[in-house]
Amino acid sequence: MAGHVFAYISHKEGKVDDTAQELAVAAKKIDPDAWPTAVVVGSGSELDQISNEVTAFYKEVWKFDNEALAYPNAEAIRKLLASVLPSDAVVLLPHDTFGMDLGPGLSIKVDSVFISDVVDFQGLDGGNLKVVRQEYSGQVSTHSTCNISAGAIINVRPGVFQSDESGSVGGQVVDKSSEVGDIAVGRRFLEIVEAEVGDVDITKEDVLVSVGRGIEDQDNIEIAEELAEAMGAVVSCSRPIVDAKWLEKSRQVGTSGQTVKPKVYLAVGISGSFQHLGGLKGNPFIVAVNKNPKAPIFQVADVGVVGDLLDFVPVLTEKIQESK
Amino acid sequence: MEILVCVKRVPDTAENEIEVNSDGSDIERDDLVYSVNEWDNYAVEEAIQMVDKVGGSVTVVSVGDEDAEEVVRREMAMGGDNGILLSDDTFQGSDGKGIATLLKAAVEKGKYDLILTGAQADDGAGQVGGMLAAMLDVPYASVVNFIEILDDTKLKVGREIEGGNQELNEIDLPCVLSIQTGINEPRYVGIRGIRKVASVEIPVWGASDLGIAADSVGGTGAQVKRLDYFVPELGEGAEILEGSMEEVAEKLIELLKAKGGIK
Repeated sequence: MAGHVFAYISHKEGKVDDTAQELAVAAKKIDPDAWPTAVVVGSGSELDQISNEVTAFYKEVWKFDNEALAYPNAEAIRKLLASVLPSDAVVLLPHDTFGMDLGPGLSIKVDSVFISDVVDFQGLDGGNLKVVRQEYSGQVSTHSTCNISAGAIINVRPGVFQSDESGSVGGQVVDKSSEVGDIAVGRRFLEIVEAEVGDVDITKEDVLVSVGRGIEDQDNIEIAEELAEAMGAVVSCSRPIVDAKWLEKSRQVGTSGQTVKPKVYLAVGISGSFQHLGGLKGNPFIVAVNKNPKAPIFQVADVGVVGDLLDFVPVLTEKIQESK
Repeated sequence: MEILVCVKRVPDTAENEIEVNSDGSDIERDDLVYSVNEWDNYAVEEAIQMVDKVGGSVTVVSVGDEDAEEVVRREMAMGGDNGILLSDDTFQGSDGKGIATLLKAAVEKGKYDLILTGAQADDGAGQVGGMLAAMLDVPYASVVNFIEILDDTKLKVGREIEGGNQELNEIDLPCVLSIQTGINEPRYVGIRGIRKVASVEIPVWGASDLGIAADSVGGTGAQVKRLDYFVPELGEGAEILEGSMEEVAEKLIELLKAKGGIK
């Protein structure tokens, strides 16, 4: 058996994050009979609206309203959760930059096991939970098990546990704000610096030629630019290209970059990590060119070319120019 | 500023195709190319740049065997001052909490103002930095892509959050930061650099040196146990175009035209 399941509800600018419903789906996969409790933390009138919205997915919603919690500071929220949750709580967090900030440290403070970035739950046997995780940028998966009967902090990958249910469970909001105790922190939020706007807006383009690590060298970016020009497309990229400063940050597709919704996405030399694919929406026609046949991008692509992009892309460009 | 950087030796996914072995008990490790975890390399570079500005020292630590010692040495060659290897048969099979427990013991044998880790590793869970900070009871910030030293007691740090935005924080020292790639441009380490540190003594600390109970780490202490490795079958996967390069290009052009990919 496992302790009571709690789900942390992320929200921003008065809007409930998609992971709020996903965590309710995930909780049902851990234990179909469980009714998880939502934990909503924040400040002000928008918090009431958020709490009410979440009652569609959770029968019980705990609301913690406090000015010091206006911005989701993981250290403050860790202190809060450690003091208000039962010691055997199973806590679900989204595995995003907030969950990564909170989960590992929370598990130490409440002396519970931590399971990171879960993509599937495969049953609870006694207190033993079996999960699926991915390693090596999704090239292989693993089954792992751990005993969660004394509590657990589980980070759940966003976007995986989607629900098609639209009905409401008609939950209730319980105001727990008076239970907020000492949440003094050694890390204080200052401000958000918005991403810079680049010379092109890749979020508005229909056709993207996206380059990844397989391009190997800055000089080879030209190969992708020539293909894009021949196709009438725009060049975007994955994270390593921006880390290497070969293209502007504004051209990066992924959870830490832009979310794009093209009609056609030609990924050259991109392995297809979930952080990259997380920025690709709208069900585009995906073409992958990669020399590694095991690259995860081939699992989501419609059409694949296994080969070295440095050989293939110039041939493709030439053929397109000829065909015009 | 005294800085400790925690690094890990991992299979290099840029150089290898990772495959599951025949009985699914592990990945195929023969012929794998190993290197330092990419995120850790940025952490070492950042530490060196900070010490260049305000003085102090950079110590590189890793948990592992003699192969991990080579990784420590390589990172020291970038400009680190000291290296430490945490190695003991009982450490094998440690989960993230086990590694954090070992690092905590190593931290407490020294005096550090700042501890850096990589934000994640390809074979890991992005958990050690946050656990270590909680064990030490010091502040923590993850996915850090900017550091500015404000004074002896605090830093200004940027975290890379969703959408390419940056979250700026002020954080008290000592603290633990997990470093995101792209924060700097790690320097190239040449043969000469490696030679300079080739004979530097790297102390090896085992369970007794660290005062660690053997059953609290390693495989026996691990709470999350890996059962097997497998390759998931996700949907139908891509239709792989076959033929000569010219034939493949022509087939692809037809498909792209049909989908509006060529204007």
